[in-house]
Amino acid sequence: MDDSSTSPLVGKPHPAACYAGMVSLRDPLPLELHVPSPPHRPGDTPQFTPFAEQPGDLPRPDTLAPFESLRDHATSLIRVLDDQSVAAGEWNPQLTPQQLRHGLEMMLRVRHFDARLIAMQRQGRVSFHVTSRGEEASAVAGAMAYAHRDILFPSYRQPGLMLVRGMPILAMMCQIIGNHFDHTNGRQMPVHYSWRAGNVVSISSPVGTQWPQAVGAAMAFAYRGERHVVGVWSGDGTAAQGDFHHALNFASVYRPPCVLHVVDNQWAISTHRALATGGRTFAGRADAYNLPGLRVDGNDFLAVYAAEQWAIERARRGGGPSLIELVTYRCEAHSTSDDTSQYRANGEPACWPGGDPIERLKQHLVGLGEWCDESHALLNTALEQEASATFEHAETYGSLANPSEMLPITMFEDVYVRTPDHLQRQFEELQAESAENDSIPPTLPFAKPQQRAVG
Amino acid sequence: MPTMNLIQAIRSGLEVMLERDPNVCVFGEDVGYFGGVFRATQGLQQQFGTRRVFDTPLAEGGIIAAAIGMGLNGLRPVPEIQFADYMYPAFDQITNELAKLRYRSGGEWTAPLTIRTPCGGGIRGGLFHSQSPEAYYTHTPGLCVVMPSNPFDAKGLLVSSIECDDPVIFFEPKRLYRGPFDGQLERVPPWRDQPSAEVPEGHYRVPLGKASIVRPGEEVTIIAWGTMVHVAQAAIEDAGIDAELIDLRTLIPLDLATITASVEKTGHCVVVHEAPRTSGFGAEIVALIQQHCFYSLEAPIERVTGWDTPFPHAQEWQYMPSRARIAQAVGRSLAA
Repeated sequence: MDDSSTSPLVGKPHPAACYAGMVSLRDPLPLELHVPSPPHRPGDTPQFTPFAEQPGDLPRPDTLAPFESLRDHATSLIRVLDDQSVAAGEWNPQLTPQQLRHGLEMMLRVRHFDARLIAMQRQGRVSFHVTSRGEEASAVAGAMAYAHRDILFPSYRQPGLMLVRGMPILAMMCQIIGNHFDHTNGRQMPVHYSWRAGNVVSISSPVGTQWPQAVGAAMAFAYRGERHVVGVWSGDGTAAQGDFHHALNFASVYRPPCVLHVVDNQWAISTHRALATGGRTFAGRADAYNLPGLRVDGNDFLAVYAAEQWAIERARRGGGPSLIELVTYRCEAHSTSDDTSQYRANGEPACWPGGDPIERLKQHLVGLGEWCDESHALLNTALEQEASATFEHAETYGSLANPSEMLPITMFEDVYVRTPDHLQRQFEELQAESAENDSIPPTLPFAKPQQRAVG
Repeated sequence: MPTMNLIQAIRSGLEVMLERDPNVCVFGEDVGYFGGVFRATQGLQQQFGTRRVFDTPLAEGGIIAAAIGMGLNGLRPVPEIQFADYMYPAFDQITNELAKLRYRSGGEWTAPLTIRTPCGGGIRGGLFHSQSPEAYYTHTPGLCVVMPSNPFDAKGLLVSSIECDDPVIFFEPKRLYRGPFDGQLERVPPWRDQPSAEVPEGHYRVPLGKASIVRPGEEVTIIAWGTMVHVAQAAIEDAGIDAELIDLRTLIPLDLATITASVEKTGHCVVVHEAPRTSGFGAEIVALIQQHCFYSLEAPIERVTGWDTPFPHAQEWQYMPSRARIAQAVGRSLAA
């Protein structure tokens, strides 16, 4: 490189023509690689600043208001339930006691579903699980605000979306076990559901990939002039992906009916949110894309529902996309394969200023005279039994200890609409090889291979 | 000499290179404070500081692009992509930018990255935690592609990769991290019983482009890399055949001489890889063997591979090449 730069053909640089070097630097700051760190590490006594924002701080503009009128909403915090779980302010969605009890029941159902699967993972009856403990409101209240025909793209941490829309717990547990009752044929890791009947798109492990897809799905609604809405969810870590920005830009350019959600639960495995953005809020990014951004207390069931309802109505009226940031906290490890004690302070979950979403909604209902401790205890027991009994039921279709052998052809189906010749040959190769090998049964004991046609 | 598992060997290789070369820096998702989801960078940030070993945002395209910038400006970055399945957001950066930088600048600019990434199946990882995408990168001129199968090679190859002035995609078969794999699902035998787990603490190299003959033999040549080296070895023991087992160790540069010398001797060959069959790197090896060893071949070359489907979760053990499938392919080759 040195030789070529002095060659007369390549030319020599003219340092004197670069003027920056001639000016002396005024008051320089230290120049070093800045690597952000979280507020607390193992061994620290964690302490979060309580939310300064109160219910009633922010107005609820018309759903077709210009995005500029929501700038405060992107940097402040929309709350409805105050610290005593009393609802106040323009954002109160005025849900009926029946709707509130439904929300409470769904959040509790999610919690027991998660707890049962964690317990089963520890017993070796499930290989892997991802829980949403502490974040139930962000999915449950969100899902309740959508219509059936709307399309949802959850991440792996929103089981509440599926449960609210009516996906049977049994089907979800069979997917997690990966037995032959799983309608996606055991293809995916646990918690990567797909539920076409409920307009829930197949969940993918790579993060953020589905954000621009969700915008595209909304573009299809706009293309056909259909007043349906698309919702997509991810964590704070995902907001660092290029796909996140692709999604915001396409949303900004084509203005299709969609709602984009960052569930800011503070942690992406061991990566603190400070590594996902150099700024304070994610909702604030919407402004640069001429979109409204709503920053919401994600553990406040009513605030989540209200913000969701606002954004969905805006999209349905033709007002275009919104970005919602749900501020919450990941109480458990990323997954059953993760160990939080290696990277975060023990007491962090307990001192999160947003509290517990179930407890807050329960207190609210009790305050309204629409719920009591006895009812809550009964519901708790019933849902715990439901989760436990459903898991036992799911295992009858095949468990990890006693798996239901899937038909080998299942592996070769759904790669293409019709199984092509080369895959048919590979299937026959597997059959021939399995026939020679006693350890792999070629077919199910309770299903005949000829019941499934290739191609 | 200490014994190490494959993760400890990787960590030791990183430590040695961080010590030796102040331009080496290590970064990626969860690799800093936490030490990586597989613990391959455990303690390195505490030892070398956040300037040398740091966490990144979850953005594989950003990680590799930033690494290219750092690399062309004098550093020797060793970024980690948490799973090989997650490399695709960086595919443009790797294949269009990194691989072609030297060529398009007439040799003026280059970025000597070593991109470490766990690959392969056998951990119930399903579609997105099990892939073996090496062929995408062997198909891209300008990249070296490395995949060790044991702790000693892992460290020596990692040192050579970091010292290499060309970019290297360094695949780590994750099923081998904590023990060799003999094709039995639930068994994880420890590395410490294996001679290849004796790993020197200091600096040493295993050269790129040099295959290893794991087991000499006369009857048939079996060519494998990564996890499949161990499954093939178990299959050879099962079948009681006098097979020569070659562990390629690096796919690019490829040690063709070792392959051809073996096939000329045995006249039979079976190529084993975990990746899907069509356009897998096995196809390239088969083509080279038929070109260079045509008159020595006594049977068609067999391939035992993953099927041409995505990597399934529940049917993982029917997907991954098994000892039985390898033994049967060897049988077909010898019977031909």
